[in-house]
Amino acid sequence: MGKVVLVTGAARQLGGRFVRRIQRDPEVERVIAVDAVAPPHRLGSAEFVRTDIRQSSIARVLAEHAVDTVVHLAVTGGRPVAGGAHSAVKETNVIGTMQLLGACQKSPTVRRLVVKSSTSVYGGTPRDPAVFTETTQPKSLPSGGFAKDAAEVEGYVRGFARRRPDVAVCVLRFANILGPFADSALAEYFSMPVMPTVLGYDPRLQFVHEDDVLEVLRLAAQEPRRGTLNSGTFNIAGDGVLLLSQCSRRLGRPTLPLLLPALTWVGSALRAVGVTDFSPEQMRLLTHGRVVETTQMREVLGFEPLYTTTETFADFARSRGNGLLPPERVGRAVDRVAAMLDADGPQDDVDTVEGARR
Amino acid sequence: MADAKVIPFDEDRPRRRMPRRVRSVPAAEQVAQEPAAQEPVAPAPEPAPAERGDGWDRRIAGGLAFLRRRVTGEYEVDDFGYDKELTDQVLMSLMRPLYDKYFRVEVKGIENIPAKGGALIVANHSGTLPLDGLMLQVAVHDHHPAERHLRLLAADLVFMLPVVNELARKAGHTLACAEDAQRLLEAGELVGVMPEGFKGIGKPFGDRYKLQRFGRGGFVSTALRAGTPIVPCSIVGAEEIYPMVGNAKTLARLLGIPYFPITPTFPWLGPLGAVPLPTKWTIQFGEPIPTDGYAAEAAEDPMLMFNLTDQVREQIQHTLYKLLVQRRSVFF
Repeated sequence: MGKVVLVTGAARQLGGRFVRRIQRDPEVERVIAVDAVAPPHRLGSAEFVRTDIRQSSIARVLAEHAVDTVVHLAVTGGRPVAGGAHSAVKETNVIGTMQLLGACQKSPTVRRLVVKSSTSVYGGTPRDPAVFTETTQPKSLPSGGFAKDAAEVEGYVRGFARRRPDVAVCVLRFANILGPFADSALAEYFSMPVMPTVLGYDPRLQFVHEDDVLEVLRLAAQEPRRGTLNSGTFNIAGDGVLLLSQCSRRLGRPTLPLLLPALTWVGSALRAVGVTDFSPEQMRLLTHGRVVETTQMREVLGFEPLYTTTETFADFARSRGNGLLPPERVGRAVDRVAAMLDADGPQDDVDTVEGARR
Repeated sequence: MADAKVIPFDEDRPRRRMPRRVRSVPAAEQVAQEPAAQEPVAPAPEPAPAERGDGWDRRIAGGLAFLRRRVTGEYEVDDFGYDKELTDQVLMSLMRPLYDKYFRVEVKGIENIPAKGGALIVANHSGTLPLDGLMLQVAVHDHHPAERHLRLLAADLVFMLPVVNELARKAGHTLACAEDAQRLLEAGELVGVMPEGFKGIGKPFGDRYKLQRFGRGGFVSTALRAGTPIVPCSIVGAEEIYPMVGNAKTLARLLGIPYFPITPTFPWLGPLGAVPLPTKWTIQFGEPIPTDGYAAEAAEDPMLMFNLTDQVREQIQHTLYKLLVQRRSVFF
């Protein structure tokens, strides 16, 4: 018997790609794509049902199609798809999840639930350990924005898992998703010509590639492979860490360090004119950074990401074009200085080197 | 000098005879140790003018290659944000003059630090500002034959301060919590901890070299879980760099810091008062205490934890007294 997979948040870029990807699986019979707005992209042979998951009509969709696997991707931090308000995103995240879980609880056919969450549920304060594991309790709960939504969504999902122990529930906490098609707030931030940063902080960032996201979602939506277990909570991130300063240098986009209050002001100004979504949540990430452990992902879920953090970022940087100070040009400038020093006597240029090091 | 609280030990000679013995020993030791200490700082001895030019060339080329990697972002940091290249090339070089010339740190018992694998170095904490931690880091790196890097565990205050948190992470320090410590120890890193915390570093001058309570002994259970040895370490000299005669508690509370030191010079002389006194330091690493012989559930046994904590504490305190007895003067 083939599986019937329901995917929420299909109008978003990631949801659309996942819908197209999962229908190629041999064991999947039908894919039902759900969103409140019509998707701007193709969905292949999937059946698109335009319904708002904030309404109880989602229960009817589940029953009508005898859905057995629900992949809940409509938990997002980005701006609304078609000119909606921020509050609509929050409502979709939280109320939508509640409705969806309510519908799943009543449905006798649902066997598997996959929820996209985020590592932002860990918050990030100076008093947190440097590396978060799945069991780390956040020192302070996120006060608002997407992080709070994700934490609340996870709370509801845990409640659902208690009430329906027969349903395999998988919560995937993704690090910052990047890639050539990324449309997240962080991708927008990295596309700014000059990146405002918090003065005196150099956060550690971790990325996960879009392709790996699709792959791990597919893995979680399937029956677990031999020797692995795909229910539970997993951190999903590429190996390694990049500092924000490294990111800006690799992108060739200069940074503008600002004091934290000034940055808050700039952030709200940018948000008002719609340049980028500079949320308090993002400010937190750009201040303290966030690194998670991925041992569970490897050993229990049995997933090996194709891209490391560095490779993900390189792939993203290639897709974005050059910034104001492309690293190749900066590197060449250093080489020119080296050539000049070779021509001159080496003795009298030590000061230059010492000065430039600083 | 003001070392009145020193307790002479049976195994030590009577105090009166000390100066003569010590005066001869450090002189010999200094001669023996000087080349070893200097080596990492200036690796290229320059015998001939031709080679001298070569050395400069190499240094400039190395500097430019370093600069190129820095400006293009092509360097690596670990999960904790530790930037090995920056630490080796820049941060260590900035601390070395303070270490070599200002505090003239003498290191003893470096062979007690294992050449590889995890180990937990437990040291006393003093000096108002955590310079002792930084000097300990340089000492381990410059004197250990394997040039091991010490990963210090620091208070959360360090990671709240702008700039400081950034530099601390890049120098390989991380927050003093069981999770981070265990992760580093299991990765085979050398971890440094000062369990006295603010109680040790912010104690009044009159209490110098009196070890404060060692927290709740969390460091022992972490070492036990990771099965790594504990190396006790005693640092003499750091207590006198800022003799803290008072503590402006109200001001400290206002600024949100654990203490606001008042020394004979600070804050009266302004920034000049913040210059540490040029004391002579001794860092001694003691015999490692093995922790791998215990059962898995031993880390949950509070009695054993307290006993081990006391053992480490006693050993550090004894070594401190011994070193104080041997010390000729605070400054030389």
